[in-house]
Amino acid sequence: MAETGNAQPAYRHPRSLLEHSLQPFVALPLLALLVTLPWITHALDADFYTSVASRMLILALAATSLNFILGFGGMVSFGHAAFVGVGGYTVGILMMNGLVSGWIAWPAAFVVAGLFALMIGLVSLRTRGVYFIMITLAFAQMLFYLMVSLQQYGGEDGLPLASRSRLGLGLDLARDTQFYYVVLVICTLLFIAFTRVLNSRFGHVLQAIRENETRMMALGFRVYHYKLLAFTLAGAVAGLAGALLANQSSFVSPALLNWTESGVMLVMVILGGVGHVYGGFAGAVAYLLIEEISSGRTMYWHFWLGAILLAVVLLAPNGLLSLLRRKERP
Amino acid sequence: MDAVLLLEQLLNSLQFGLMLFLLAAGLTLVFGIMNLINLAHGSLYMVGAYLVATLANASGSFWLGLAGGIAATIVVGIVLEMTLIRRLYQRDHLTQVLATFALLLMANDGVRMIWGSQPINTPAPGGLAGPVELLPGLSYPAYRLFIIAAGLLVAVMLYLLITRTRIGMQVRAGASNREMARAMGANVRWLFTGLFAFGAALCALAGGLLGPLLAVQVGMGESILILAFVVIVIGGIGSVRGALVGALLVGLVDTGGRTVVPWLFGALMGPAAASTVGPSVASILIYVLMAAVLFFKPQGLFPAHG
Amino acid sequence: MSGDRPLLETVDLVKRFGGLRALDGASLSVQQGEIHALIGPNGAGKTTLVHQLSGALPPTSGSVRLAGQDITGLSMHGRVRLGLVRSYQITSIFSRLSVLENLALAIQSRNGSNLRFWRPARHDRARYDAAARVAARIGLADRVDRLAGTLSHGEKRQLEVGLALALQPRLLLLDEPMAGTGREESERLLALLQSLRGKVTMLLVEHDMDAVFRLADRITVLVYGRVIATGAPEQIHANPEVRRAYLGDELESPA
Repeated sequence: MAETGNAQPAYRHPRSLLEHSLQPFVALPLLALLVTLPWITHALDADFYTSVASRMLILALAATSLNFILGFGGMVSFGHAAFVGVGGYTVGILMMNGLVSGWIAWPAAFVVAGLFALMIGLVSLRTRGVYFIMITLAFAQMLFYLMVSLQQYGGEDGLPLASRSRLGLGLDLARDTQFYYVVLVICTLLFIAFTRVLNSRFGHVLQAIRENETRMMALGFRVYHYKLLAFTLAGAVAGLAGALLANQSSFVSPALLNWTESGVMLVMVILGGVGHVYGGFAGAVAYLLIEEISSGRTMYWHFWLGAILLAVVLLAPNGLLSLLRRKERP
Repeated sequence: MDAVLLLEQLLNSLQFGLMLFLLAAGLTLVFGIMNLINLAHGSLYMVGAYLVATLANASGSFWLGLAGGIAATIVVGIVLEMTLIRRLYQRDHLTQVLATFALLLMANDGVRMIWGSQPINTPAPGGLAGPVELLPGLSYPAYRLFIIAAGLLVAVMLYLLITRTRIGMQVRAGASNREMARAMGANVRWLFTGLFAFGAALCALAGGLLGPLLAVQVGMGESILILAFVVIVIGGIGSVRGALVGALLVGLVDTGGRTVVPWLFGALMGPAAASTVGPSVASILIYVLMAAVLFFKPQGLFPAHG
Repeated sequence: MSGDRPLLETVDLVKRFGGLRALDGASLSVQQGEIHALIGPNGAGKTTLVHQLSGALPPTSGSVRLAGQDITGLSMHGRVRLGLVRSYQITSIFSRLSVLENLALAIQSRNGSNLRFWRPARHDRARYDAAARVAARIGLADRVDRLAGTLSHGEKRQLEVGLALALQPRLLLLDEPMAGTGREESERLLALLQSLRGKVTMLLVEHDMDAVFRLADRITVLVYGRVIATGAPEQIHANPEVRRAYLGDELESPA
């Protein structure tokens, strides 16, 4: 480990843990692929896959919001799916009451989910470690039971959406291709914002809290407040993902809020790469692939998902992407 | 709501609370001493219930089924601990959560593969099938009384075990300090295996006893697992006493919530409120309780000092 | 005279843990600009006292005052804002970040305005320059880009002090800065602390008697949660009660 001091200016940060790049060599081809996807599926006479891709992007957005607080903030939240569900139900309930405009419903989903995240975070973030995991799980389950018991919103059977949200501007979201592009624009913008936030002062503080929370407190940072803000933002973005998901399937059900769904989200992040910028995206893709391939072969595909997850957790604890990354210096 | 109905609900909540205690005790011991968060705990309960029910139906005797099912689940627990669980002790909580979640997924489908998706029904043991008249006007199923008795017996045994025996001392020492436990002569490896197996036994007992009352089906572990988590959060991780208090409290609020709250709403605000808002409030009451406890005591009611 | 008012003082600090009285009416005061050492045999309550001062634990009774202001109920965060900063006996740094980034974080705390979400943090040239200056001050100028986890133990202790220094404290609370350092490393740390004499007020908890007697302007001795003596090093050295508390051995100059 011999390393002589270099003559570089001190602030060059060759390989800082706190800095995250979109990696243009990956981002641009990927974006190009995603932009041209509807043409490709149409050419292959497999238009159905455009809506699969929409779903994948939405799940990637949700998983990335979880990765934000988990991988970069160090908060193991086992109730994140609840915020997705809250967002979905916001759209569904508004639609039930005649409000179809996406310009109102989608920001509303963002805000409502954010509020729930704020309330749950206020209580949960007072706890640490194992307590925090279990409390987020319990609160999410509470929301599940709440939605099951509210018969006027469908209860256990769920709430169908009469149509997809309306955005005006000559767009008809019922057309899968148009819906896909709207989703793509939203996800791309949020993903860029996500990277900017990570690299900002706030993002550095958040990641430093993950590295050594006690020291951050001793340095005078109001750690609780930073975590709460991050938790709330992540919940709000998850809510937006939920709004899009509700549109995609034209349906919301309490099952979306069940703690096992939160578990699935954690699985996605761990599969993709905890703390890696593309972790949420890679994880969503990996999960959907596994689901697609195994549920086609057997009705017991959860068994194989569990087996794969177990293998990943024991052998590549930082996710599949970490295997590609260079080994960190000790 | 008359006194008889109230008493009946009280007994129901006691019965439910004690069974919840069986699960919570195992969970809190494993948490507190091995520092392991185990999401597959509910799966042990489910597997235990399946094994007991199957053996009881096959042999025609509930008691044989119970004993055999518990023994079989202990074996499952030991095998699990020695192959997988012990790799997790030194790992971080996220890893433990995901690994045991993976086990949960595998267990659910594994059970489905072996037993199919149809729930299994077992009858209560013959001698206890009927009601018992506790007070004039109050009959209560004998089998539920038996469950209450069994639960209380286990609680007493656990108390004696932990406070009066050498193993109990080692367990309590382990809860605070692994090195100290080792210095006291405890073989930590075997202690951990034993504890995990003991937790599995308690799960199987609860699952086996509840089999005749509930349906033995896939996913039965999930709902009770959450409640067990709430119990140990309220009671304090690592504290068996906390698990008991927490379980009884949760049992009270849960059972009480389902019956008393809608009745209260109905009495105060009319039958419409009772049927709409009532059930919603009842379902979230436990979590409100948990939030309230945590607000004043973030480490639970009886935190074991680590 | 206002110049005589101590920068830091504790008045009858008591801390009970169940039946145990870790602190039993501890009163000490630290003057502006001095290096004040707190010594005492094991179990005397020094660590508990440090926790009371830093805000990690609330006292059972008694008060803590900083420049005359009662800070007994103030949070750790609040005390740092007022300039009361602590370093740790067990090194607590950001191992996976470079030395420069470690110090830059401390400066980020001092500067505030961390609710910035768009502008990349690495563009804060001024902040990293200031961090580099602190690095030079603590003798780690040629280690700025090393990961903190790869430093030697002594260098980590230097960084530990540096993190506290970067916050520009009025009072530096040093919890056994020499802990675990060898001869050469402790000399370097000693030189660092000497260089701060008069510029930063310090309260130093230490077991290393050699360092204590070379550094301290005044010494307070804590035994069983009470202060038994306060004064100049020679006075403390000669004090029979203090010698008795230490059984005579540790106060001899090391061979």
